Amino acid sequence: MKNKHIFEIAWALLMSRSKQTLVAAIGVTFSVAFFISLLGFMEGINKLLDGFFLNRTPHIRLFNDVKPSANQPIDMDSTYSGYHNFLSSIKPAQARKEIYNVESIIKKLNSDNRVYGVASKVTAQAFYNLGNIELNGIINGIDVIQEAKLFNFSDYVFEGNFVDLNNKQNSIILGQGVADKILAKKNDLIQITTINGEQFSLKVIGFFQSGNAEIDKVQSYVSLGTCQKLLGKPSSYINDIQIKLNDMSLAPAIAKEYEQLFKIDAEDMQTTNAQFETGSSARTIISYAVGIVLLIVAGFGIYNILNMMIYEKMDTIAILKATGFSNADVKKIFVTISLSIGLGGALAGALVGLFFSGIIDLIPFNSRAAPRIDTYPVDYGIQYYSIAVSFAVITTYFAGWFPARKASSVDPVEIIRGK
Amino acid sequence: MKNEIALEAKSIFKSFYDPVKYDVLKDISFTINRGEFVSITGKSGCGKSTLLYVLSTLDTDYSGELLIDNQSVTNKLENELASVRNEKIGFVFQFHYLLNEFSVLRNVMLPGFKSNRFSEEELEHNAFELLKKLGIEKLAKKMAHKISGGEKQRVAIARAMINNPLILMCDEPTGNLDNKNTEIVFEIFKDLINSFDKSILVVTHDQKFADQTQRTIIMEDGRIIASSGIIY
Repeated sequence: MKNKHIFEIAWALLMSRSKQTLVAAIGVTFSVAFFISLLGFMEGINKLLDGFFLNRTPHIRLFNDVKPSANQPIDMDSTYSGYHNFLSSIKPAQARKEIYNVESIIKKLNSDNRVYGVASKVTAQAFYNLGNIELNGIINGIDVIQEAKLFNFSDYVFEGNFVDLNNKQNSIILGQGVADKILAKKNDLIQITTINGEQFSLKVIGFFQSGNAEIDKVQSYVSLGTCQKLLGKPSSYINDIQIKLNDMSLAPAIAKEYEQLFKIDAEDMQTTNAQFETGSSARTIISYAVGIVLLIVAGFGIYNILNMMIYEKMDTIAILKATGFSNADVKKIFVTISLSIGLGGALAGALVGLFFSGIIDLIPFNSRAAPRIDTYPVDYGIQYYSIAVSFAVITTYFAGWFPARKASSVDPVEIIRGK
Repeated sequence: MKNEIALEAKSIFKSFYDPVKYDVLKDISFTINRGEFVSITGKSGCGKSTLLYVLSTLDTDYSGELLIDNQSVTNKLENELASVRNEKIGFVFQFHYLLNEFSVLRNVMLPGFKSNRFSEEELEHNAFELLKKLGIEKLAKKMAHKISGGEKQRVAIARAMINNPLILMCDEPTGNLDNKNTEIVFEIFKDLINSFDKSILVVTHDQKFADQTQRTIIMEDGRIIASSGIIY
């Protein structure tokens, strides 16, 4: 029995019920199309939201934490070494916030091939002066070029060029919220007071919108040098080293390693942001579940139509079996019918899905949280197309398999004698 | 050639169990030689069609032994029986069972697809020769549902012949045909025996048709009671 002839017979049966076949195929087409557009859209949103966070979050932060020493004097005393010592109300000692030996640490990090990039940072507490009102603020001194390269800083700056932080003396990029409160416009001079009580005037060269209004109400950006000046510290003063790795998933292990190596506090993003991945994966699971349910429903449609076809084509099945087609051949014919509906519907569905995705991609979407985006984000990853098509084919295979088994067990004698 | 056995039944019994045990076939034994034209007649319900389906291997629920071409087909597997039917038995039923979606030529070729003995071109040539032999070659390209009842039955005979079977089994082949077409079919059968040396087994209650065959087996209540006038 050549496959060609199986196809020929299957095709003839298909064509004899062309309308129902088309309806079944359209069922698969829409399931696949919705599956693809739903997942593409969901993943687009996920990536956007993750991007807000991931783009701005270092994989590892090195800093000096304010915390009590792990080695208290009593533990070092040999008299009490065999005891379990209870201490309460321990206070941390006055510690310097700056990182020792910054230059050699950065040099070492840059030579580590797991590290994608390093950006140093100085953070200063300050007040924005608005007449005699003082607003709380945090001024971040950043390595402008590295910050843009590693954390897409440029995406969040509008009305102005971030590189000017380096080029113009005493320049500042204000958070949008801060700017709104103190009514600052571009090129205005604003006054700030550091916690040491010193006053500075800084020139506004742009605004910053992170997507999180709480952050924008407080934070502003200046260059490293300006910030060191605000704090009255030398140019070696750095209190935060931000590291981006080539492979994010290695962060916890590498953080531990650096903690040992540099005798410093290291924090990886997985530990500090455990809730983040949970949300992402939950959304993904929900969309997969919906998509798969759609495909299973389409599978029932095919099952139904094949069952009807078998009742209508009893004569054909009977004569095929009488003239020597085996049960396996009959089963093959009906599975072929089902698979053709599935495959045809799925491939059409992939195209329609691409079309739907394209439409979603054109729908305007303006969010304060996403200043750089004006239409809904869609992910066009090939994986959704291949998952949808392969799952559709698997579903239709099973939807066809049960009716096919029924067809193969038709007793030709009953049909022929009944005539 | 003449006295070689094409089909042999050895004491075949068969019973239905629904709703009560009922013996349809009781101790049926006979042989059909090559080139023989045999008819089975009898009243309705005497078991003649049941016998035909047992002999054709479609019905496997019987006791006794059945040999086709000197090989036992009793207790063979489903797919082995399928290929026995495909290669050695041609079927003609009262209803034609043509596939409406196929042309006449493809319908005739259908059992040939399964056997795979010939290439598609050879098969098509053979099918066309058969149609010619039966005088319906001009219908070859027509769709099966567009031809008349008598023509359909002739196409069904051509389909039965495509794999060059040993024996042709027919269940009331002329039951749906008028006198003229019945005559045509009978002539075709005679011709098949003369020119191809086929055996033909026809189940019929058309006494006139049966009388013209070489041998008539008469059944009653599941037994063979006479063979060509010889009372058992």
